[in-house]
Amino acid sequence: MNTIPMEQGLLLAGILFIIGLISVLIRRNIIFMLISVEIMLNAAGLAFIVAGARWIQPEGQVMFIFIITMAAAEVSVGLALILQLYHNLKTLDSDAANVMNG
Amino acid sequence: MELTFYLAAAVAIIATILVVTQYNLIHALLYLVVSFMAIAVVFFTLGAPFMAALEIIIYAGAIVVLIIFVIMMLNLTHEDVQHEKEWLKPSVWIGPAVLSLILLAELAYIFMASETSAVATQPVEAKAVGMALFGPYILGVELSGMLLMAGIVGAYHLGRQKKKIVHRFLERTEA
Repeated sequence: MNTIPMEQGLLLAGILFIIGLISVLIRRNIIFMLISVEIMLNAAGLAFIVAGARWIQPEGQVMFIFIITMAAAEVSVGLALILQLYHNLKTLDSDAANVMNG
Repeated sequence: MELTFYLAAAVAIIATILVVTQYNLIHALLYLVVSFMAIAVVFFTLGAPFMAALEIIIYAGAIVVLIIFVIMMLNLTHEDVQHEKEWLKPSVWIGPAVLSLILLAELAYIFMASETSAVATQPVEAKAVGMALFGPYILGVELSGMLLMAGIVGAYHLGRQKKKIVHRFLERTEA
């Protein structure tokens, strides 16, 4: 018998989202910031899955597929940007990229 | 089933906290794989087995491996771990952490104040998801295709190492 309250699933998603948010706020390493954004996207997808399971509708899982697609596209472009940043500035410090030198 | 959910949720939270507090990128990514697998178990207990498989294949498989390959290309050394340690001082993280935790406490209070409603027993089949995906949401699928195409083109364009050709009279001397 499956008696998980929906609020606890949503609370798990909220906790994971807040952990990712704290990490993206406190980190200066740009790869860590990208990882934290992945954690936050995953938590948002978890909230959709919980809601889809609550009302037995497939829409939650459909939204999760869209989120996963967006995360994959985002991480590929983000990693290409990180490679360019490291190639130009020789550092992963996001504060070093505060000047746009063409 | 509830016990599985709570155990997997605890593993997911602990692994995610360990991701955030690590100084070494590779260690953080390994904990991230554990976190994604725990969340896949949560999906399974919530009646979404197909999404659990997708979570492991795409997040833990593709995305994390992509990040690991980029870290290998960057040639990070022990000094970068030391840099990370210097950057992550308590005076840096305590402010955002406290404010965000206040927000989380408010969210938890709102959830606990409302009446509980149990998640449904039967799982949503992958077939129903496919029917919805290629029925009313076909426009979203096409837009996702365009997004992935833009991602491929953008990653290729940004990741290309341009060879700088500068005439020797125009070259600036390094100060």
